[in-house]
Amino acid sequence: MKVLVPVKRVVDANVKVRVKSDQSDVETANLKMALNPFCEIAVEEAVRLKEAGIATEVVVVTVGNKSAQEQLRTSMALGADRGIQVETDAALEPLSIAKLLKAVQDKEQAGLIILGKQSIDGDNNQTGQMLAALMDAPQATFASEVKVEGDKLTVTREVDGGLQTLSMPLPAVVTADLRLNEPRYAKLPDIMKAKRKPLDVLTVEELGVTLKSHQKVLKVTPPAAREAGVMLDSVEALVEKLKNEAKVI
Amino acid sequence: MTILVIAEHDNASLKPETAKVINAASQIGGDIHLLVAGSDCAAVAEEAKTLSGVAKVLLADNAVYSAHLAQNLSKLVVEVAGDYSHILAPASSQGKDLLPRVAALLDVAQLSDVVEVVDADTFVRPVYAGNAMATVQSLDDKKVMTVRPSAFDAAGNDGAAELVAVGSVHEASTEFVSQALTESERPELGSAGVIISGGRGMGSGENFELLEALADKMGAAVGASRAAVDAGFVPNDLQVGQTGKIVAPELYIAVGISGAIQHLAGMKDSKVIVAINKDPDAPIFQVADYGLTADLFEAVPALTKLI
Ligand SMILES: Cc1cc2nc3c(=O)[nH]c(=O)nc-3n(C[C@H](O)[C@H](O)[C@H](O)COP(=O)(O)OP(=O)(O)OC[C@H]3O[C@@H](n4cnc5c(N)ncnc54)[C@H](O)[C@@H]3O)c2cc1C
Repeated sequence: MKVLVPVKRVVDANVKVRVKSDQSDVETANLKMALNPFCEIAVEEAVRLKEAGIATEVVVVTVGNKSAQEQLRTSMALGADRGIQVETDAALEPLSIAKLLKAVQDKEQAGLIILGKQSIDGDNNQTGQMLAALMDAPQATFASEVKVEGDKLTVTREVDGGLQTLSMPLPAVVTADLRLNEPRYAKLPDIMKAKRKPLDVLTVEELGVTLKSHQKVLKVTPPAAREAGVMLDSVEALVEKLKNEAKVI
Repeated sequence: MTILVIAEHDNASLKPETAKVINAASQIGGDIHLLVAGSDCAAVAEEAKTLSGVAKVLLADNAVYSAHLAQNLSKLVVEVAGDYSHILAPASSQGKDLLPRVAALLDVAQLSDVVEVVDADTFVRPVYAGNAMATVQSLDDKKVMTVRPSAFDAAGNDGAAELVAVGSVHEASTEFVSQALTESERPELGSAGVIISGGRGMGSGENFELLEALADKMGAAVGASRAAVDAGFVPNDLQVGQTGKIVAPELYIAVGISGAIQHLAGMKDSKVIVAINKDPDAPIFQVADYGLTADLFEAVPALTKLI
């Protein structure tokens, strides 16, 4: 079984972004970029399926400009076998990404697609569900455990009240939550080996997808700032403040 | 203009998130219809009829909808989507599972986590873990969006909506196997007025009893940081943050939590924030209204005694 893992290049999780002064977007120039943490977990899960003898090939795909090839290489250093970059300079909406991924899946015919549940830039949490809809395939979002037996997939999901377990036939779409696994660190020889793994570049035209804008970002502003608080020197002082100043107890 | 809201429930009772989404829908304007899809959920529909502002409750009651699976629920929503101008659901695990799928089937975009209604086409939503707020105008004729419940007050209970049965039976190839829901006498994170959250500094699951004792005295809910959940101190559904629950209680007490951006994303809209941390430089103090540099193992029992 082939596993397809769509991945995204994002601003590193440890960087605090700032809004541009013209309010057109956040400033991303010269920031440290990384593989989206949830995508990293998705790659790790696919690689583990291969190591367990369940998956035969792990293909990573990204939609973005040339710099996103770096994240494909990172994914291949973690163990993915080959990469596909769908070339575009546009910042695409999740629906457009899902349509491009559907076109890639039509060519690749993977048995399982694993992606991160959300990217930490747009925080949309949509692409996997949209892809599943376009494929008319079952979905298991927010996965914390994935089991494949034959052509049956069993997934434990993190839901608001606790955990839920679903089973479904393959092909299916899984989105990874934080506790699905702890991704490995790529070792130097793996990083070197990743540089020689195949990486194909496809264009939007080649995939035959027409894209359309569904939204317009009017402005991006900083969140409301909180007023500076006070440091207290005792539990008694804290209780006094909560009672008499904040009046919350 | 008529708005369709998808009700969140467990087939027995309506979740409090739904009333908050109704309020968001009222701010958009127009008639509001509420879809209750589930199995043996007539009681939920009765409850839904009383929500202020709801003109019609649409009931799709069939065993195939008992587990609220996105695979077939999305087809049901598309079937009833008809002329609605907006389709809303809470940004809960269920809403986030379902609505993108609905949007893709309708070939429209989806807006996630709306926190403010500017007008019928324009909405504000957080990006980058809440470090920026995007004002987004939808160009679609049908606007599909999840609404962040903590950003809206609940609608009232003086409604008397009409009830109609809708929808055909859509089967899913997905099968519900089991669920393990956390049982607790304490209030839910989403609706609690006071939340006491513990982080890695708690050291163990047993030590969370310190927070539980305080919580019980205050009628509070207990939350946690990702580090505390990852370490197995508490179950996943207690996680507050960018990828956990987003909360905005009257009072949030962070204990042994450093204040990473991903945690702040889930609680920085709380009305009053208290931080207890032994490290005076912990970033949590930058958002706290009241900070206490102290060892939590002394401060928390002392606080429990005084309150
Ligand atoms: C993609 C992504 C998503 C994430 N999503 C979330 C999320 O949703 N929610 C979330 O919380 N995190 C999330 N994180 C993790 C986040 O970055 C932090 O790692 C996490 O919040 C740290 O938890 P913590 O503050 O409990 O632990 P730490 O950062 O280790 O802090 C522990 C604190 O406890 C204090 N302490 C220790 N002992 C004591 C004592 N005896 N008395 C008083 N204080 C003490 C220490 O001084 C320290 O400040 C996410 C990370 C990523 C990359």
